[in-house]
Amino acid sequence: MSNQEKHWEKSRGLLMITLAIWFVFSIGIFLFGAEMNEVTGPFGYPWTYWFTCQGSLGAFVILIFWFANRQEKIDEEFGFSEREDE
Amino acid sequence: MKSTNFIDNLPKVYGIYTGGFIGFIILMAIAEQMGMSAKAIGIAFVAFTVFIYALIGWLSRTAQADAYYVAGRQVPTVFNGMATAADWMSGASFVAMAGGIYFKGYGYMALLVGWTGGYVLVASLLAPYLRKFGCYTVPDFIGTRYGGNLARFSAVVVLTVASFTYVTAQINATGTIASVALDIPFQYAVYIGLISILLCSMLGGMRGVTWTQVAQYIVLIIAYLLPVFWISNKIGAGFFPHFMLADEVARIGELEAQFGFVKNSAADLATVPKGLAGITKAHSAVNATPWAFISLALAMMMGTASLPHVMMRYFTTPSVKAARKSVGWSLFFIFLLYSSAPMLATLSKLSLLDPNLSTGIIGKSIAEVQAIDWYQNWNAANLMFVSDFNGNGTVELNEFFMGGKAVVLATPEIAGLPYVISGLVAAGGMAAAMSTADGLILAIANAISHDVYYKIIDPKAETAKRLVVARVLLVVIGFAGATIAAMEIQGILGSVIWAFDFAMSGLFFPLVLGVWWKRANRQGAIAGMLGGLAAGTWYLVWVRTGGSGFLGITQLTFGIFGSAVSLVAMVVVSLMTQEPDKATQKMVDEVRVPSGKTILGKQ
Repeated sequence: MSNQEKHWEKSRGLLMITLAIWFVFSIGIFLFGAEMNEVTGPFGYPWTYWFTCQGSLGAFVILIFWFANRQEKIDEEFGFSEREDE
Repeated sequence: MKSTNFIDNLPKVYGIYTGGFIGFIILMAIAEQMGMSAKAIGIAFVAFTVFIYALIGWLSRTAQADAYYVAGRQVPTVFNGMATAADWMSGASFVAMAGGIYFKGYGYMALLVGWTGGYVLVASLLAPYLRKFGCYTVPDFIGTRYGGNLARFSAVVVLTVASFTYVTAQINATGTIASVALDIPFQYAVYIGLISILLCSMLGGMRGVTWTQVAQYIVLIIAYLLPVFWISNKIGAGFFPHFMLADEVARIGELEAQFGFVKNSAADLATVPKGLAGITKAHSAVNATPWAFISLALAMMMGTASLPHVMMRYFTTPSVKAARKSVGWSLFFIFLLYSSAPMLATLSKLSLLDPNLSTGIIGKSIAEVQAIDWYQNWNAANLMFVSDFNGNGTVELNEFFMGGKAVVLATPEIAGLPYVISGLVAAGGMAAAMSTADGLILAIANAISHDVYYKIIDPKAETAKRLVVARVLLVVIGFAGATIAAMEIQGILGSVIWAFDFAMSGLFFPLVLGVWWKRANRQGAIAGMLGGLAAGTWYLVWVRTGGSGFLGITQLTFGIFGSAVSLVAMVVVSLMTQEPDKATQKMVDEVRVPSGKTILGKQ
């Protein structure tokens, strides 16, 4: 397998993990919205209410930065990162 | 305004700008104490901020294609994040969102999740790859990746349908705010709004829009957060509302149980002015089925990743790496406002409901409420209404009605904040609507000038001529949008949601598969774009004209049907026709790695 194929395989793996986490916070938890809202969550808000107000939103922000860092590492590993002068 | 020196000085420039704006707010507050009228303050806020944007637009004028289309590709990550946030948060986000949450609760908050979660798709599936491509517009990517004028033209069609639907709503919003703040009829205010919008984008194109959007973000975020923090502290709910409103949310639940949700008769409701609503749904309870919530969130997420005015912001970053990080910053700046909207809705509702607060009106006598200053003002503006349906002389929960916009616009007044805050909120709403309208008009005008005029009609056109065409189109599209906005056909929020559905129907899969599926070819992409758009539009028309719909897909989520048709059409047609040639496959390989020259830069 060429260097580039390996790079793409790893990038695709990272995409799958990212989309899986995205799925949990955007869809997964809202499948059980009614049940989860009975429980008191962070800062004393009901769980589902808190996720729709802050939790999922914040998770997305963190997820994107995490993804960007991981992808940069993958690019560096295979020598595909951009040079500064480009 | 194009030297690297300017880029290095950005934090200083915008730091001074922010300080100056805060100074202006303080100046207005002092003027209010000295007897400046509310109307004069409103005019001063809107006029001052619009003047600043116009000045930035003028300073950013350019005669270079690279600067006009992609701001010279040198916008730093964090500033591009702010510009994207302003580009993204429209009049609907600013003015209507907290109101929607106030009235509809959980079911409506699917929009919060959808309008943020979409950025994960933008960051992971599209933005870095389109940046590597080096295109000027989204149809530029489609046209080059799939080849052929028909593919390019189809993308322009989808882009125009989606963005135009969106832009009429934004011009409508600027008109509404300008008409209230400047006290002139809506039909004229719409054109004042339009001229303000064009001042930012006409001379400098994407460069002008970028630097005005950063300035607009600063105004809109101050205007949104200041009242939330102020009210929260004023009523003793906590100095940092986001972490401290759990008791208030619970208290609203108690009050709802105490007052009860009484259903009004149709005859009573007929006396309520059009567009106003009462509180009929619980504040924090789960009041929608999982599918209703998820389908709306999903449609908004896929729409986010297909809207060209957002995607083209990531063409302006210096590198692929910066494009990825910039998506994160965009969402962070959006998060600051979106996570505050439910807090504002909570504070607004509690201020009105709680009899223990001096501002509470439920349980007071009708005559007493009708004598309140702010009630009279907003009642005159047709945004508030009380009526003694049961004849007991006091205001009940089901007897108080408010317009969706009033939650953001009137809450500062209801909570007893000085008028200077209301002026600030008007300026913030104007900034939100203007920045989005600018991004949208530019996206349409650029697609037509670059993809239709330059790439299809006259590939030999000189830069100067291309930019004249781009600017003429900008004005024409702006006026067309304003003319339709002046007719007031649809509400602001409904048409915004439709724009997302149109975009995802036609563009989501052709864009994503263009990067992630090498086998996707021209025929498949054209089938996907036109088939998806046609199917989505058909479904919308069908449901609007009394069709029952299926699978719980409503007129707000028709994009789910459209994009499903798009996916199937694209895959089936691609597999039935020849695979793309070697050169195209090699191009896809190159898009997938950040290093090296951009694809279009090589040609």
